[in-house]
Amino acid sequence: MTPAPSSAETSTGPRGPLRVAMAQIAPRLGDREWNFRLHLDQIRAARAADADLVVFPELSLTGYFLRDMVPDVAIRADGPEIEELLAAAGRTAVVVGFVEESPRHRFYNAALYAEGGRVVHVHRKVYLPTYGLFDEQRYFAAGDRIRAFDTAGFGRVGILICEDFWHLSAAAIMQAEEVDVLLCVANSPARGVQGPKIRTAETYDHLARTFAQLLGAVVIVVNRVGFEDGLCFWGGSKATGPDGRTIAEAPMLDAALAIAEFDTAELRRQRLIAPLARDERLLLTIEELQRIKRLRYEV
Amino acid sequence: MKSEDAKIDLRIDPELVTEILTRFLREEIRRAGFQHAVVGVSGGIDSSVVVYLAARSLGPENVLALTMPYKTSSEATRSDSRSVIESLGVQHRDVPIAEQIDDYFARFPDASRMRLANKCARERMTVLYDQSAAFEGLVLGTSNKSELLLGYGTQYGDMASAINPIGDLYKTQLYQLAAYLGVPEAIRAKTPTGDLWVGQTDEDELGFTYAEVDRLLALMVDRRWRRPELIATGFAAELVDRVATLVRRNHYKRRMPVIAKLSFRTMDRDFRYARDWGT
Repeated sequence: MTPAPSSAETSTGPRGPLRVAMAQIAPRLGDREWNFRLHLDQIRAARAADADLVVFPELSLTGYFLRDMVPDVAIRADGPEIEELLAAAGRTAVVVGFVEESPRHRFYNAALYAEGGRVVHVHRKVYLPTYGLFDEQRYFAAGDRIRAFDTAGFGRVGILICEDFWHLSAAAIMQAEEVDVLLCVANSPARGVQGPKIRTAETYDHLARTFAQLLGAVVIVVNRVGFEDGLCFWGGSKATGPDGRTIAEAPMLDAALAIAEFDTAELRRQRLIAPLARDERLLLTIEELQRIKRLRYEV
Repeated sequence: MKSEDAKIDLRIDPELVTEILTRFLREEIRRAGFQHAVVGVSGGIDSSVVVYLAARSLGPENVLALTMPYKTSSEATRSDSRSVIESLGVQHRDVPIAEQIDDYFARFPDASRMRLANKCARERMTVLYDQSAAFEGLVLGTSNKSELLLGYGTQYGDMASAINPIGDLYKTQLYQLAAYLGVPEAIRAKTPTGDLWVGQTDEDELGFTYAEVDRLLALMVDRRWRRPELIATGFAAELVDRVATLVRRNHYKRRMPVIAKLSFRTMDRDFRYARDWGT
């Protein structure tokens, strides 16, 4: 059965060389005003560097270990803070991490994509880690959708937030969505120091390389730096091409605004070499998952 | 490497650890509103590593090393402390504590040597905190992960600090870090001692070596091996039980005092904020 053209097929692909600024910042914990000014500085620097898109990490406006501060720092995606940021960004597209308060007063760990002064998409983190050092489900409501969206300059784009990226299903959905660019915004704390690389950073590298190749997409991971109560966020933001090669990376541990420039023609070349998304048997996957659903949920 | 060694790999990359810990010190000290650090130096491996890290992180002029000898403090304690301080060029102040300790115990002549040891540890703590106020710095902790887990320290004594860079490193791992940082060989080679009384050594007092217990703790705590698995891999059942008991019994030392809950928001239970709140 031939599927109807997906919205991916009908939307415009990315064109020409694109420049993405990875804003590897160290936000202050719960100091939204200070972080806001930091965002303005970074946006200004990204624009000066001719970036088409500037990507901030997870919870970039607030910091990570918010705990009981969550309701105090929450904003709305259509609120004045975001509006002011988008005005500052001008024609540069922006991805920002924030605590979103819904009209029903649920709080989400969210990231938005905006371009041309307009919010195009808000992703609410689906997988809220609540194990080991993490405690997110205590404070946040979980998002209930994983969707890609069409952009003016970057073709079809998907956003995942940190732990979302560790779930194969999220990447599989993004593959079915036929994304050109997969963004992962993260607040990943360092664990494992046998070296030479931090163990968590190594895992992110594996995931980014694997997903980039399997999706035939550019994968951009933007992680923060700095410390919160002894936790070290390791930075190392990285853009990986559809062939699995590193396009650009920011330093480990230190703040930076790293520019990744990539030629979108590479997406075409790589999809000719390995048309994995094209050959994906989506209906088969759906049917098998429905069978598993009947077995596990409908008995 | 034996197959067992592969399971219990306590190797660290000292360069990577140093990169993290020097940033940790700089950033956490700055967030608290300070630029300086104060460390009680004993001439042992733990406090030496902390001073080396602090000097590297903040610059030696921003680090105050305090020596606080009691009259039984050994010559090694004194000379090794001196060599650390001199090789780094950190600031130094010597504040002997014999007078106030002896004055106090003159009233309690039957006190055990453990009481004396704990009193000395707490006396040093009050000196550290007072001197930190004068120096406008934060007191750095020098308890390692082995000691913290085993409860081998004095609550509100040597366990007290504002921030601790080495609390997640086992003693075995500290030796690797010490070698990388250039801590003098004499300090790295000597037998671990709290110098609590003449001739005291940690391993005699604990009844096992750090090399052995660190391997056990790494499996038990970090990798969460169960008792039969630990015994099957070669650890004596008595050691496994003894160490598990020490970890459990001493947990109180690692926590804030227990508060009786009455309201809807109680400190640390449902009043939850990071220490770095707002910074």
